[in-house]
Amino acid sequence: MRTPPPAPGGPDRATRAPAPRGEGPRAAHLVALFALALLLFNFPLLALWDRDLRVLGLPLFPLALFVLWALLIAALAWLLERPRD
Amino acid sequence: MLAPATVLAASLGYLLLLFAVAAWADARARAGRSVIGNAWVYALSMAVYCTAWTYFGSVGRAAGGGVWFLPIYLGPMLAMLLAWLVLRKMIRVARAQRLTSIADFMASRYGKSPALAGLVTLVTMVGIVPYIALQLKAIAFGYAVLTQPAGAGGAAGGPWWTDGTLYAALALAGFTMIFGTRQLDGTERHEGMVAAIAFESVVKLVAFVAVGLYVTWGLFGGPAELFAQALARPELAALLRLAPEGGRFAYEQWFALTLLSMLSVLFLPRQFQVMVVENVDERHLRRAAWVFPAYLLAINLFVLPIALGGLLHFGRGAADADTFVLSLPLATGAHGLALVAFIGGLSAATGMVIVEAIAVSTMVCNDLVMPLLLRTRRFAARQDLTRVLLAVRRTAIVLVLLLGYLYFHLAGEAYALVSIGLISFAAVAQFAPALLGGLYWKDATRTGALAGLLAGFGLWVYTLMLPSIAKSGWWHTDFVAAGPFGAALLRPEALFGIGGLDPLTHALFWSLLANIGLYVGLSLLTRPSAAEASQALLFVDAFERVPSARPVFWRGRAQVADLHGLLARFLGAARAQRLFDAVARERGAADASALQPDAALVQRVEHELAGAIGSASARVMVARAVEEEPLALDDVLRILDEASQLRRYSQALEQAGAELRAANERLASLDRLKDDFMSSVTHELRTPLTSIRALAELMLDDPDMPEAQRQQFLGIVVTETERLTRLVNQVLDMAKIESGHAEWHTSDVDLVELLRQAAQTVQEMLRERGAELVLDLPAQAPLLRADADRLTQVVLNLLSNAAKFVPAGRGRITLRLRVAPGMLTVEVQDNGPGVPADQRALIFEKFRQGGDAANRPQGTGLGLPISRQIVEHFGGRMELRPDSGQGACFAFTLPCPSTTDPAPPRAATGPPGDTR
Repeated sequence: MRTPPPAPGGPDRATRAPAPRGEGPRAAHLVALFALALLLFNFPLLALWDRDLRVLGLPLFPLALFVLWALLIAALAWLLERPRD
Repeated sequence: MLAPATVLAASLGYLLLLFAVAAWADARARAGRSVIGNAWVYALSMAVYCTAWTYFGSVGRAAGGGVWFLPIYLGPMLAMLLAWLVLRKMIRVARAQRLTSIADFMASRYGKSPALAGLVTLVTMVGIVPYIALQLKAIAFGYAVLTQPAGAGGAAGGPWWTDGTLYAALALAGFTMIFGTRQLDGTERHEGMVAAIAFESVVKLVAFVAVGLYVTWGLFGGPAELFAQALARPELAALLRLAPEGGRFAYEQWFALTLLSMLSVLFLPRQFQVMVVENVDERHLRRAAWVFPAYLLAINLFVLPIALGGLLHFGRGAADADTFVLSLPLATGAHGLALVAFIGGLSAATGMVIVEAIAVSTMVCNDLVMPLLLRTRRFAARQDLTRVLLAVRRTAIVLVLLLGYLYFHLAGEAYALVSIGLISFAAVAQFAPALLGGLYWKDATRTGALAGLLAGFGLWVYTLMLPSIAKSGWWHTDFVAAGPFGAALLRPEALFGIGGLDPLTHALFWSLLANIGLYVGLSLLTRPSAAEASQALLFVDAFERVPSARPVFWRGRAQVADLHGLLARFLGAARAQRLFDAVARERGAADASALQPDAALVQRVEHELAGAIGSASARVMVARAVEEEPLALDDVLRILDEASQLRRYSQALEQAGAELRAANERLASLDRLKDDFMSSVTHELRTPLTSIRALAELMLDDPDMPEAQRQQFLGIVVTETERLTRLVNQVLDMAKIESGHAEWHTSDVDLVELLRQAAQTVQEMLRERGAELVLDLPAQAPLLRADADRLTQVVLNLLSNAAKFVPAGRGRITLRLRVAPGMLTVEVQDNGPGVPADQRALIFEKFRQGGDAANRPQGTGLGLPISRQIVEHFGGRMELRPDSGQGACFAFTLPCPSTTDPAPPRAATGPPGDTR
């Protein structure tokens, strides 16, 4: 018997079995980000920013710490909130 | 300075507001419209991490050491990166087992061990009481700064404010009792409390940022100028570099602080309370895990500006840097802002005290007091224990706060804010090995956990707690400097001669070393009991198990009446009855007494009890009420095996269910399509029918109609009838093709010849419309296996479509055939208006004709869909080429045997109609 033509938009999603454990962000991505953060905030990478410089009038070292921190939060938010697939 | 009455009134007003918020949230919860059920409130409640220590102490720390205030907040950032993995697992386990405190959590993992629960509670008490004292100190301190004349010097006030702190402690105890011990069951959420905590988080953030903005822009004209002034002074410029004052940067201390705060944010009792116990939905973690660090970032943004501003304004050493948040606005005349800043600090302190008191009182009640009470005969014989339980919990709250007050009075003067907080953190960090290990390592045993925790705690006391007490002046400091009895190797801050580390890093190293070493070592040397092994499985595989297939590790005989009585004693008769009725309904039993007292029921009762009195006590009580057969390790494995069998069945069932649902949805969508089709067909039939009927009636009513008009009408009737016939034929055609019942007469087709014939067929019609047809055909093309009549139908349809749309008199249609290896492409290009972008997608659907309703060309709207079905039947595809701006170009492609390979295709061997 000939199968009926696919209904527009519908069947792809409907026939896919629900993934019980695939939901949410991937563990490997989070662990990798954790490792990156651990490296960034410790010896010796921390010393990278320890310079007598000013950016927009702000001292580089504290500024770098806060910017890195903010970037990590943004990356985490992206990993957690983006829909899977 | 401010008048004491003003400050007191503002504080009182704030506390009343807090009560109002909590009461409002409780009322909403009762009305079924919870306010705490969203990720933002959850994230804000997590911010109870920021205590008065953050609020006042960070600035003090920044003023002394520059960026050294940051590790305490970078640690939580690191922890939150893994929250989705670790914290979610803790939430999942705690929910499944109805665990309500961190002591309960650890005890439950290691075979519901009362000893472990008691030990964890003790460690918590010892570690947390100073921390609560610290909050009370902050309140007293802030009050003193606001109300004493400048220069009177910090907290060295008279007895009149000391009583104020006592009252503050008692007011907080009252709040905690009202909103924290309303229900007995700890797994019930404290909606009002959580809402109040979230509110406090907003208050402290707003207040701190307000001070920051004021200092940065109000006092210094922007961050650039503030930093420029600071950098101009060498001693302040050093604060903005890695190693203040040119020394070596203590990386190990930096790492230790980060690690410490990373563990604390997960394992502090108050964090466990808000993040695990009060969690409404584990998916909230997806947002809260990044909003919480963002909150921390926001509240830390102005720490350095305020610290530098204070140092610039007061000069170094002139004022206590811990009070800059208050003293800076006060000294510069911004009295209102100083009051706001104080309220912010008050909210930071109260939030911490409330949640910590709830968490600690639950632990004290369930894991210290209950086990002792249940041993006494008089108590064990009592029938209704619910009131006793509540009374114990409330007493514990008052006790914890009074202990905090006492500690504050006796020792609070001696130490800076930050040090007390860090000592507490280090105590809590001792939970980490057994707790994290227990979540991921099945072979960990109770012996290992107990020994590790004991050793870690012991070393914490020896290397950190005792020296801090000695330094507070309570004790001679000889033993810190020279070691106990002069044994230099045992000096608490340089154990076994390891020096060069700051006391905190030193203590953390030794305590965690002993803790982890004993935990791992003894776990490897001992074998878990059946109870430990079964709990280990439930913890480690928390994500693998669906609730319906969770194994029940119990064997024995029980009576329903006994179980019922047991529940009623601890939860009250009404709740026990409700639970048994619910179970009876689930199982389809007539009433509670008809229930089968099987292992699942026993477990259900035990879980329910665990929510009220903790898992360890619940285990003891259930074991007393029923006849149990001890389980051996083999039994555990057997039960697990059965459960995983069950799990496979349930997974298979679930999958079958999902497939069925999918099929059903598909059917429903096909049904909808059919309905659409039917309504379109009837609509198309009605239009010609209406006009035929109208004309026929006109002619019937008017026999004297002029002959010419009658002729004209009859002409229309004939045309409309033809249209009807065509429509019905096409609908039938379509139905046949779609259902696979169409007849196909397959033969070798020469497409060049076919196209020429089709062109001749439409020649006459094109001439009528004044259109020109250009043929662009190769001399010859490979033969196709197809139905020549059907293909002709397709080409004629495309050509007549094109003819309808070309401009009258100067139309130009190109019929083109392109030969490529393995495929033939036919294109029909016209110079009409083309297909509007919004209709390109619709044009192949049934009854969708091009053009608007007003000048819709004749046709049924089925031509293109049928053509496409035909082309697809022969394995080709039909498309509308992208608009090139010169009219529409329809094309279809058919596969053909390659020119170099004359072998006939497989389809030729049989009727292709029904093989697809």
